[in-house]
Amino acid sequence: MNRLSPFNVVSLTFGFAFLYLPMLILVIFSFNSSKLVTVWAGFSTRWYGTLFQNEAFLDAAWVTLKVAVMSSTFATVLGTMAAYVLVRGGRFMGRTLFSGMIYAPLVMPEVITGLSLLLLFIGIGMDRGVMTIVLAHTTFSMCYVSVVVSSRLATFDRSLEEAALDLGASQFDAFRLVTLPIIAPAVISGWLLAFTLSLDDLVIASFATGPSATTLPMKIWSSVRLGVSPEINALSSILIGIVSVGVITASLMSKRHAVRVRREEQAAQRAT
Amino acid sequence: MAQTVFAPWDDPQQKPLIQFVGVTKRFGDFVAIDDLTQDIYEREFFALLGPSGCGKTTMMRMLAGFEAPTEGSILLSGQDIAGVPPNKRAVNMMFQSYALFPHLTVWDNIAFGLRRSDMPKDAIAARVEEMLKLTRLSKFGRRKPHQISGGQRQRVALARSLAKAPKLLLLDEPLGALDKKLRQDTQFELMDIQETTGTTFVIVTHDQEEAMTVASRVAVMDEGRIIQVATPEKIYEAPNSVYVADFIGDVNILEGTAKANGPESYAIDWGGAEPATATSARPFSDGQKAHLAIRPEKIAISAERPADAANAVQGKVLDIAYLGNLSTYHVELPTGQVIKAQSANTRRVSRRAYTWEDPVWLSWSATAGVLLES
Ligand SMILES: Nc1ncnc2c1ncn2[C@@H]1O[C@H](COP(=O)(O)OP(=O)(O)OP(=O)(O)O)[C@@H](O)[C@H]1O
Ligand SMILES: [Mg+2]
Repeated sequence: MNRLSPFNVVSLTFGFAFLYLPMLILVIFSFNSSKLVTVWAGFSTRWYGTLFQNEAFLDAAWVTLKVAVMSSTFATVLGTMAAYVLVRGGRFMGRTLFSGMIYAPLVMPEVITGLSLLLLFIGIGMDRGVMTIVLAHTTFSMCYVSVVVSSRLATFDRSLEEAALDLGASQFDAFRLVTLPIIAPAVISGWLLAFTLSLDDLVIASFATGPSATTLPMKIWSSVRLGVSPEINALSSILIGIVSVGVITASLMSKRHAVRVRREEQAAQRAT
Repeated sequence: MAQTVFAPWDDPQQKPLIQFVGVTKRFGDFVAIDDLTQDIYEREFFALLGPSGCGKTTMMRMLAGFEAPTEGSILLSGQDIAGVPPNKRAVNMMFQSYALFPHLTVWDNIAFGLRRSDMPKDAIAARVEEMLKLTRLSKFGRRKPHQISGGQRQRVALARSLAKAPKLLLLDEPLGALDKKLRQDTQFELMDIQETTGTTFVIVTHDQEEAMTVASRVAVMDEGRIIQVATPEKIYEAPNSVYVADFIGDVNILEGTAKANGPESYAIDWGGAEPATATSARPFSDGQKAHLAIRPEKIAISAERPADAANAVQGKVLDIAYLGNLSTYHVELPTGQVIKAQSANTRRVSRRAYTWEDPVWLSWSATAGVLLES
C-alpha cells in the first residue's frame, strides 16, 4: 500500500476541512438547546420538534418537493429528447446552433434567466405560483439533463439501435426497448441532478413565483434575514442528511452493479 | 438422377433478387464503394471476400438500409429500395460486432425480432427454442450476453438474425470466433437452412476455406471494387488477375514475357534455364508481359527429372512445412526464386523422401498454370 506523504496529509486535511467544516458546525449547532445560535448550551433535539410544528416551513417544504418532482420529470423528458436529437439526428441544418443554444443556459447568469422568465409570464398574463416555478425550473435544468444524457449517448453503440431496426422495430420501439433501458442510469442521474438543482434554487424561483407559492430556500432566505434561528439549522441539517443519503445510495448502487457485472463475467468465463 | 447445376447467373431468363446498379458510396472524400454493378440471385450463397477495409460491411449496410448509396441504385426484386427504411425491409443482418442487446437475455435477444411481427406468443417461444437448439445454446437461454463466451455470443447473433427466416440474410463474418469443428458444423447448418428455407445469403468472411465450402459464388473485392465474381472452383482454378490468384489460396507466380508456340499455347521466358510452357485461352501477343500462376499442389516434386513433363526445373529444398495431410516444400531455384510445391502425405512420415538441401526436380504440366496479364 502507498503511504501518504506528510504534504498530502496536510493538503487533504485542509481541503476537507474547507469543504465540510461549515456544514459540520451547522449540524452541531442544530442540536444546541440554546435559542442563541452561536452559544453552546447543551445537547437537545427541541428545534427539530418545533420545526415539525411550523406550518410555514412544512408548507414551503411541500411546495418545494412538488416543484422539484414535476420540474425534474419534465426536464428529464425534454432534456433526453434534446440530447437524442443532437447526438443521433445526424447533420441537420443549424445543428451547431441548436446544440450551442441548449447549453447556453448553463452559463447564463441566473438573474437574467429569472428576469426573462418573469417578463414572459407577465407578458402572457400567466398567474404566478407553483406552475410558473415548475416551468422555470424545467427550463434551466433541462440543459443539465441534456448534457448528462448526451455524454452517455455519445458512447452508446449505435449498432444496437440499428439491430433493433433491422429486426423490424419502429424508431420509437428501438428507442423505448433498446436505447432507453441501456441509458437509463444516465437518465436517472440526470433526473437526480435536476431534482437537486430545483430543490436548492433560490434566484429563479424568486423571480418566477407569486404570492401563493413559497419554496423552502425562499423561506429560509427570508427568515434568515430576520436572524438565524436554530430551527433553520435543524432544517438545513435534515436537508444535508437527505442529500448525503441520496448520494451515498446512488454511488453504492452503481458500485454494486459494477461488481456484479464483473462477477457474472468471470462466472461465464469459467463456465466455458 | 442427374442433379441440375445451380447457376442462375448463367440463365438470362432468371431475374436477380438484388441488383447493384452503378453504386458508389463516399464517406466525405473517401470512396468506400466504387461504381459497383452486381447481380445476386435468389437462393444464392454469395460470399464477399477481400482485405480489411475494402468495403464489404459497407455493401451489407447499404442492403440493410443503414447507408444510402451516394450514386446509383440498389434494386430488390426489381424495386429500387432507396426509400425503404431498414425496419420495412425483408432483410436481416448479423452484425460484425454482434450488436446483442446487453440488457436482454439470450432468449429475449432471439425473440426480439419475432415480437415485432404479429406472431402468436407460443409460436414465438417454439421458434426461439428451435433457434437455441440449432445454435446449441439451449442451456444459455436465461443468461445475459455478458455472461457467455465470445463464440456463444456470435451464435446468439446468428440465431437472432436467422429467427425471422428473412428473404435475404446478411452475415458479416458470422463464424470467425468459433473453433474449427463448430465452424464446420455451423457452415453445414447454414447450407441446410438455405436449402430448406430458400433464403438468399450474402456472407462476409475472411476465411477462404469457408467461402469455398459454402458459397455458390465468391466475389473478391479490393478497394471498393469487385475484382472477380465466380464459383469457388473458377475463382480458384481460373482467377482473372494476379490479385485474385494471390488472394485466394497459395500460388507461385512466374513473371516473364509470352511468345506463342502453338494454338493457345505459349512459351514464357521467365528467367529460368528454359522457358515455361503454358496453355491459355486468353490471347497474348509476342513479347507481352505475362504472369504464370501455378498452385503448389499442381507442382510435382521428384528426385530425377521426369521424362514427360512439359515443365521441369531443378532446385534445392529450403524448407518443409508439414501440415498433417499435406507437406509443402519450399524449393529454391538457381535464379533465387522460391517455389512452393505441395504433396499429399499418403503414407505415414516414417521416411521422408526429401530433406533440407536435397536437390530436387519440380515439374508441372502445360495446363497446370494460369497465364495472366499484368
Ligand atoms: N461511417 C463511415 N465514415 C467514414 N468512413 C467509413 C465509414 N464506414 C466505413 N468507412 C470506411 O470505408 C471503408 C470500408 O469499410 P468497411 O467497413 O466496409 O470495410 P470491411 O471490408 O467490412 O472491412 P473489415 O474486413 O475490416 O470488416 C473503410 O476504409 C472504412 O474506414
Ligand atoms: Mg467489415
